[in-house]
Amino acid sequence: MEYDVRITVNGERYQARVPASLTLLRMLREVLHLTGTKEGCSIGECGACSVILDGKLVNACMVLAVECDGSVVRTVEGEGAMDKLSDLQQAFVDNHALQCGFCTPGMLMAARELLERKPDPTDDDIIEAMAGQICRCTGYETAIEAVRRVARKGQAGGGK
Amino acid sequence: MTVPFHSDKHRYVGGNAERIDALDKVTGAAQYVHDMAVPRMLFGRMKLSPHAHARIVRIDTSKAEALPGVRAVLVGSELDTRLGLYMIDKFILARDVVRYQGEAVAAVAAESEDIARRACELIEIDYEPLPAIFDPEVALADGALLVHPDLHTYRYMKGVFFPRAHSNVAHHQKIRKGDVDKGFAEAYRVFEHKFTNPPVAHAPLETHVTIAQYLPGSRAQIWTSAQSPFTVRNLFAVAFGLPHNSIRVQIPYVGGGFGGKAGIHLEPLAWCLSRKAGGRPVKITATREEEINTLPSRQGLKTHIKTGVTRDGKITGLKVQFLWDAGAYADYGVNIGRAAATSGAGPYEVPNCWIDSLVVYTNKVFGTAYRGFGHLEVLWGVERNLDLIARDLGIDPYELRMRNVLRAGALTITGEKVTANHGRPDLCLEKVAQEIGFENRPKEPVDPKKLPLRGKVRGKGVALLQKAPAMPVFTACSAIIKFNEDASVNVLISGVDYGQGTYTMLRQVVAQELSVPLDKVQVVFDCDTATQPYDWQTVASRFTVMGGNACIEAAHDCIAQLKHVAGQVLRAPENELICEDERVFVRHTPEQSLSYREIVLGYTYPNGNSIGGPIVGRGRYIAQGLTHLHPETGQGKAALDWTYGAHGVEIEVDLETGDIEIVHIASAFDVGKVLHEGMCRTQVQGGVIQGLGSALLEGFVFNDKGRMLNPSFVDYKLLTAKDLPRKMSAFFVETPQLDGPYGARGIGEHPMVSVPGAIGNALRDALGIDFHDLPLNSERVYLALKRARTAKA
Ligand code: FES
Ligand code: FES
Repeated sequence: MEYDVRITVNGERYQARVPASLTLLRMLREVLHLTGTKEGCSIGECGACSVILDGKLVNACMVLAVECDGSVVRTVEGEGAMDKLSDLQQAFVDNHALQCGFCTPGMLMAARELLERKPDPTDDDIIEAMAGQICRCTGYETAIEAVRRVARKGQAGGGK
Repeated sequence: MTVPFHSDKHRYVGGNAERIDALDKVTGAAQYVHDMAVPRMLFGRMKLSPHAHARIVRIDTSKAEALPGVRAVLVGSELDTRLGLYMIDKFILARDVVRYQGEAVAAVAAESEDIARRACELIEIDYEPLPAIFDPEVALADGALLVHPDLHTYRYMKGVFFPRAHSNVAHHQKIRKGDVDKGFAEAYRVFEHKFTNPPVAHAPLETHVTIAQYLPGSRAQIWTSAQSPFTVRNLFAVAFGLPHNSIRVQIPYVGGGFGGKAGIHLEPLAWCLSRKAGGRPVKITATREEEINTLPSRQGLKTHIKTGVTRDGKITGLKVQFLWDAGAYADYGVNIGRAAATSGAGPYEVPNCWIDSLVVYTNKVFGTAYRGFGHLEVLWGVERNLDLIARDLGIDPYELRMRNVLRAGALTITGEKVTANHGRPDLCLEKVAQEIGFENRPKEPVDPKKLPLRGKVRGKGVALLQKAPAMPVFTACSAIIKFNEDASVNVLISGVDYGQGTYTMLRQVVAQELSVPLDKVQVVFDCDTATQPYDWQTVASRFTVMGGNACIEAAHDCIAQLKHVAGQVLRAPENELICEDERVFVRHTPEQSLSYREIVLGYTYPNGNSIGGPIVGRGRYIAQGLTHLHPETGQGKAALDWTYGAHGVEIEVDLETGDIEIVHIASAFDVGKVLHEGMCRTQVQGGVIQGLGSALLEGFVFNDKGRMLNPSFVDYKLLTAKDLPRKMSAFFVETPQLDGPYGARGIGEHPMVSVPGAIGNALRDALGIDFHDLPLNSERVYLALKRARTAKA
């Protein structure tokens, strides 16, 4: 079975006909060619595919595209503006909060969702929010510090 | 006027500039093979063996072939090529026999992932299960079944590796120094201890992924998530008998490697599928389960150490057997058995040493390089062993280490003389012990029987480490620096930066050597064997030293060419010229100068005459002074450089659950010179956490049929942001390496080595219980506590 899905991603509207079994992750990557969002496990265990779906953080590998009809999705590609990094992106750059970078899009989305939900998070909040994001390279500390810095500046907000 | 040169304007080495790849990676612009699609691309999938050891009786692919959208189906009998880096022992797809559960037996290329998956399900295979062998000790026994009955016919790197025909031994590395029996005879006491490490997953977040295309004329185009473009190309060329220049390997951003993407993996299979599918490109993306269960892992290890010591704790003799659980193939694993043996005594002086390091085939997923290359495994035993001895002798473990640590003038176990420029393990130990207050810990030995049932207790431990790059004697690297119109440069080099930050560091080196701003230097991602100069492999923490030296030489070559042209224009001898701040000056009259921009593509005189031409700098470096090791004694020079280090750790153990929390872990390394503060620090942070994973959680579990029980992130857990130490600190000692760039040594792998030993020692300090097996998960600790409490006195 195929279904029409209308979806707004990073402020742009898309429409596509997709099989019922297609995940949101594969729709983003393979149909819309937004490859910033990564796949690390495809079973909801690594967070590489984290995106913000109607304001909530989800593992895009665990959501079907057809469930997202009419939804608003945000991915790493919408995190900054063209040639202007968001505060979070800048903090990740400043703190060397990435190495191979494969987990970075998911990390940024998890951090963004936290800061929107809770603009003044405690350290425990930050750790809790990042705990679903597996990173094999950095050891997390630099990413936590990056989020902490943005939160302390109290200027959470995307480039857009 | 002020003197324009001798300024600090372009001093970058030791600085902390932002990562060269950061912008691409925070915006999602970074492209990995994972993200790539090329026109007419097919999707490849593998059919895996459910058996650990079985004869393939029949394969029927007809149903798979009949499925619409399937373009090629391959089985092992069509591919008679064996692959391997050092030991050429692995077919592209299993032929006749499968040797581990998870091994690829057949493969499909189809129009979509879903069709390819469905087609794999439709392939019918009849197996005749065979008895299997899972324990290297059992595999060594006389009359043990042979995982590779034809081992004696295999090709391998001769003179370096020593497989034993008609056995399961893929390599036997011997180290013989002095007279170990004499060492034991002189000893006040002789201790024997055994330790084990399980096999472990690399778990790069990007799984192995390859796109390969068969091109007309038996040529190959390959995009791959790999660490070493030239080694992929070389092994590919050798395997298929193709000229090297008919194969093009391109490597864009790579989502982590940790050794697992060194050597060659899915590239040949994807290319063979493409060949069978009429030349359409084929992409194979390993699933997470395949990443863990089909692609290679870290080898397991069993260690048996016998140590003779004097009354005051000086080691007189050391006899060690390392049994490496190679799994079903040892193509890369043989070198781990070799390299780790050369480090098998740790950073200690041992006058009489005898090591047998045996790489043994079993019917499990096979092993390969993993960050630290055998050293985390070996040093787990070495560092626990010393604490066990220290306690029995009543000597402080810190003191015992200081009495035996390698110092200038000592001879290593392979006969290498330690000099003042080798680095200082003693200073690293001193620093971490200070940081965690090791001296001030309660020294009363803990009796586990007296521990309360609830609550938390603390303990402290230290451990030393060392590692040198493990690589062939001829290992080389080269770099090209080419100038652009605006006097910016592109640096071409073929070591891959898959996250370590090497390119960020090399940019600083090149900018400083050329005296240009950092943003004028681009180290080019997308390694391409067709256009970039040769490098051996990106492994072994060797890229900083070898790539750094090659870049410095290439920059000097540029400077010489700049001066050659400028000297003619400025009418000055080249040795009177100085290159600084993007200009060439005449030393005694600095007002006479030319900008780089005027020269880099050729200088044009006012009348139009032109001289010079585009400047291209060339640099290279080949490992200096390495020798083959003596086949019977292992004596020789195997090490380009040794990076020494130490960890000190304070832990808190929950007496009810066995959970370990890290209160503080302090780590120190003698890196020779910190070339980039942030890259060094973040390598340590990430490496220590990876080491904690090996120490506390990670390891494969198999059932009695050899089936892996935890091949997913559900059952194979990695540390998360919640599991971090309460405090981590990193320190660097700088004893310059004479031939390192600015005196630097590698630091990529070392942070994870000896983390388990430090934790194991702290656990002993906290509970009075000795652990010999990894990982130190809460279950193991809990059960040990329970046993100790109920044990009869
Ligand atoms: S890919 Fe979705 S959680 Fe791992
Ligand atoms: S930076 Fe590599 S997985 Fe996080």
